[in-house]
Amino acid sequence: MPDEKKRLAIICLHGSLDVAFATFVLATAGAAMEMETAVYFAFYGLEVLKKGKINKLKVSPLANPAMPVKIPNVVAMLPGMTAAATAMMKSWMKKSRVATLGELLDMARELGVKLIACQMSMEVMGIKKEDLIDGVEIGGAATFLEFASHNAITLTF
Amino acid sequence: MSEFTPDVTLDNSGLACPMPIIKTKKAIDGMQVGQVLKMIATDPGSLPDVQAWVSKTGHELLKHETEGNRFIFYIRKAK
Repeated sequence: MPDEKKRLAIICLHGSLDVAFATFVLATAGAAMEMETAVYFAFYGLEVLKKGKINKLKVSPLANPAMPVKIPNVVAMLPGMTAAATAMMKSWMKKSRVATLGELLDMARELGVKLIACQMSMEVMGIKKEDLIDGVEIGGAATFLEFASHNAITLTF
Repeated sequence: MSEFTPDVTLDNSGLACPMPIIKTKKAIDGMQVGQVLKMIATDPGSLPDVQAWVSKTGHELLKHETEGNRFIFYIRKAK
């Protein structure tokens, strides 16, 4: 098929704010560039698709040497530090007028980005379909690979 | 004054990547072929991004200009 539409196939394996953010920036930009876009969420990435979670994802300062404010691990491990680092990150993002994750998720759905939850990961992690937001497809490795096998760029987060 | 009369104007001032591109795509989707969109952005990455976007989508970047910290694009819907 010479005119087959370019696709963007993304795998998201992590449920943290920064990783989900990168995932949705690329997914929405891909859809805006008229690429047929799908994101496959597996393992911790499923956290992103849980009802009511999208704006509650966190960033950990522990073992994270690239935080703009340097936090030694011995401090980062203390209770409350993940919440503090997340609040800091969100305030920087707000100052830069970057869209929130919730806005990016809404945009992704509006632009027709396909969101696929890994069935096997759901099984392993005890996550049920009703725990996930509406409109999520459930599929396995073959579902993702079949999508990606047609003229796709693949990104993994 | 520009030689292109925009049919639609979209102000994305203050918005960061990837929002200017997403809003541009949505605005273009709602327009007729041949119409011109005037898009204003302040995101410093918007110039290469708009150029990449038109190259990928096939719409035509008629002109772009810079006014202070504002980038102004005239894009014609091609299809």
